[in-house]
Amino acid sequence: MTTTAPTEQDVLTGLADVLQEVVGTAPEAVVPEATFDFHLDVDSLAMVEVVVACEDRFGVRIPDEDLERLRTVGDAVRYIVDAGAAA
Amino acid sequence: MSTALLEGRSLLVTGVLTERSIAYAVAQLAAEQGATVVLSGFGRGLGVTRRLARRLPGDPPVLELDVTSEAHLAALPEALLAHVDGLDGVLHAIGYAPPAALGKGVLQTPWDDVGVALQVSTWSYVALARACLPLLRRGGSYVGLDFDARVAWPAYDWMGVAKAGLESANRYLARDLGEHGVRSNLVAAGPLRTMAARSIPGFGEFERVWGERAPLGWSVDDATPVARACVALLSDWFPATTGTVVHVDGGVHAVGA
Repeated sequence: MTTTAPTEQDVLTGLADVLQEVVGTAPEAVVPEATFDFHLDVDSLAMVEVVVACEDRFGVRIPDEDLERLRTVGDAVRYIVDAGAAA
Repeated sequence: MSTALLEGRSLLVTGVLTERSIAYAVAQLAAEQGATVVLSGFGRGLGVTRRLARRLPGDPPVLELDVTSEAHLAALPEALLAHVDGLDGVLHAIGYAPPAALGKGVLQTPWDDVGVALQVSTWSYVALARACLPLLRRGGSYVGLDFDARVAWPAYDWMGVAKAGLESANRYLARDLGEHGVRSNLVAAGPLRTMAARSIPGFGEFERVWGERAPLGWSVDDATPVARACVALLSDWFPATTGTVVHVDGGVHAVGA
């Protein structure tokens, strides 16, 4: 348990910051089971900016072809953690 | 020997929306080739254009520009002059068709949807040139992005009609810009997996066959060949070429089925 990589909770908090900044989402709505399109009202154009902002913040790359798998906040958090997010 | 094609040239590049945008590849290559680049972004896409600008060489400034707004067009020269003292090139990478105008056949599309497609994708080609003209120096180059509009394609529908209009507008614009010493040309690209392509239902139909039909082959993931053609046209290496369409499609336009 001596890793310096961010935890899922760290990434979740960071993602909530990004969503608040990009689309004005209330942080308390950003829970793992929330879907981007239905629950959070993030359409494809907003999602493009969310992805770029996450890439900048977490130092990861999220290729277009992986985007369709990221339906929920939880999907995105696990993807970013697995992709080796930097603090 | 220097190979910087765009040394000392200042460009306006519209249409940077994702890293896969043709415009992103053009902005990157143009900066690498010595150009001073100014980007423009639109509406809700402006935020992402600003973020992507920070990934480009030289961190180019981003202006807000909605080509359907006369106020934005009128304010463009002054906004540009805050960053450059004139323009030597413009990339028009702007197009849009509402969902009702794509992938459903052409018969039932209401005029309102068709009108938006034509305004944004065809009329804006001339409108942006008009807005930039006071800053465009002799020897300048105006370049737009086309999809070969000589034939009907699956799914492309009213966007194909808009592109046919764009090809005609390019010829008339070349005629009228000639006296200003400015060229106008289009680059007709093969299919690329851009944000614009993703919004066309059934785009995969011709994405798949393109590589098979192209004498040179074709990669839907590589915008570099298209960007190189745009940069070449934006340079002073095509000084007597205007009103034409350069096909960067692996050669598909030249062969039958």
